[in-house]
Amino acid sequence: MLAIWPPLILSAGHVVVFTLWTAWLSFTPSTLLPEPGFVGWRNYTSVMSTRNFHVAYVNIVIFGIGFVLLTSALGLLLAILLDQRVRGENMFRTIFLYPMAVSFVVTGTIWSWLLNPGIGIQRLVRDWGWTGFRFDWLVDRDMAIYTLVIAGAWQAAGFAMALFLAGLRSVDNEIIKAAQIDGAGPWRIYRRVVLPTMGPIVLAVVVILLQMAIKTFDLVRALTGGGPGIATNMPTTVVYDFMFQRGQIGRGAAAAILMLAALVVVIVPYRLHQRWRGRRE
Amino acid sequence: MNRRWILYGLVLVLAAFFLTPLVVVVLTSLRPNEEMAQRSLIGWPQAPTLANYAMAWSRFCIAERCVGVAPYLANSLLMTVPATIISTLLGAVAGFAIALWRFRGDTAIFALVTLGVFLPEQMRLIPWVIVLRDIGLSNTITGLIVVHVVQGLSFTTLFCRNYFVAVPQDLIKAARIDGAGFYRIFWRIVLPLSPPILVVCAIWQFTGIWNEFLYGVTFLTGPAQPITAAIIAISATVTTSPQYGVQSAAVLLAALPTLAVYLFGGRYFMRGLTAGAVR
Repeated sequence: MLAIWPPLILSAGHVVVFTLWTAWLSFTPSTLLPEPGFVGWRNYTSVMSTRNFHVAYVNIVIFGIGFVLLTSALGLLLAILLDQRVRGENMFRTIFLYPMAVSFVVTGTIWSWLLNPGIGIQRLVRDWGWTGFRFDWLVDRDMAIYTLVIAGAWQAAGFAMALFLAGLRSVDNEIIKAAQIDGAGPWRIYRRVVLPTMGPIVLAVVVILLQMAIKTFDLVRALTGGGPGIATNMPTTVVYDFMFQRGQIGRGAAAAILMLAALVVVIVPYRLHQRWRGRRE
Repeated sequence: MNRRWILYGLVLVLAAFFLTPLVVVVLTSLRPNEEMAQRSLIGWPQAPTLANYAMAWSRFCIAERCVGVAPYLANSLLMTVPATIISTLLGAVAGFAIALWRFRGDTAIFALVTLGVFLPEQMRLIPWVIVLRDIGLSNTITGLIVVHVVQGLSFTTLFCRNYFVAVPQDLIKAARIDGAGFYRIFWRIVLPLSPPILVVCAIWQFTGIWNEFLYGVTFLTGPAQPITAAIIAISATVTTSPQYGVQSAAVLLAALPTLAVYLFGGRYFMRGLTAGAVR
């Protein structure tokens, strides 16, 4: 029994110690190396006054909403389609879910080619003869953020599908039979009996996807590199930029804490809600 | 009947959408560079060739080192396999201790361990840099194994604990009354029940660690970096004269191990995904 303590303590302890450590750093004047000292909220105010930060937080709102809506809509559509006793369901499931097995670095790189106007989809359609065709979001400051939405949703929709499908299949057969006896048609049963039970699963999927959105880093690095300019920077890239590009550890730590705060705002209400529901039942 | 046609049409269109990026990159990897000059890279190979793979494997220049992706794939493998095995086994023992053996403070420890699932990597970057420096493992693959074992334990402990709570406590109690110790019970009773969850843990860890990018690019430099960091380094260095054929081959080689794991262990992959997400 004794031998299991070191890994358990390391695993549990590093969460606490590293969180406090980064929180402490965010109040120090640390630049290239950690330095003791206390500067109050100065790191926070200077991070929050940078343009980079503003861009990143507008982006995470756009990306968060777009990614969650598109991914869960696509995921729900796929789940409903596959729930109709489609032949070859396993094969289709494998096709829809495979992006989740691959690194965002790989898929982001491939999408950066497809969305590159010079060599990707725009070029292909122009080669076909529609010479006026335009699809250049990747190099458009205002639209580049939506390329991340497309690639992100493509990657995660199969995952949402799998969760929704499990939910659709867990509906009590007795209720469905009772509705059939009452003479309800299949589509009506679906709309009135099956989908209304999906509320908790939809909520869970939304929270999981929001969490994924806030943690998005690899995809940005691979697909847009934060560009054009700084147009697609995200909270995660802001942290990285302060810590390792500009050598301002204190400010980077402050940016990390702000990111953690965003995650807490998403997770904690959900957990409280879950606990409240659990107690009610 | 009409409705079935619409259903299958829709499913096939969506399947095509999901497969397109993969198909494009496979086709591109088979085309010589000249075929794509001044054209879209989406297209059918006129003269299919495997030359791109040979080039990508051992001669392609990445960050001014012309050694191909093979050394970076080796780095990833040397990092991923030990970290996967160690974190899976330790997670099984830890999950057993928390779920079945029980000790004072087990629920508190468990809560903290699972908080590690949620804590973003950005919160751990600077502490890990300092810890790795102080234990003399800066810029080593061993250092990355330590990082991934500690981080991975959050997941494997969570998965195993949630699996083991279903094992009847009486089984353990009876064995303890008979005088069996912690490891004897683990070895004789718990481990034989564990293969499914061990596979879930191993697949989850392998996929996660192989695909990880931020730690690999931050804690390792140049020749020591894993394949994900190398792929980003390629895109950063070749902007002047891109070689999409070779790059496609490199990207596919990077994706192959986790894709293979996914295709062969799909069911377990899915179980890990849902267990890791829903908690």
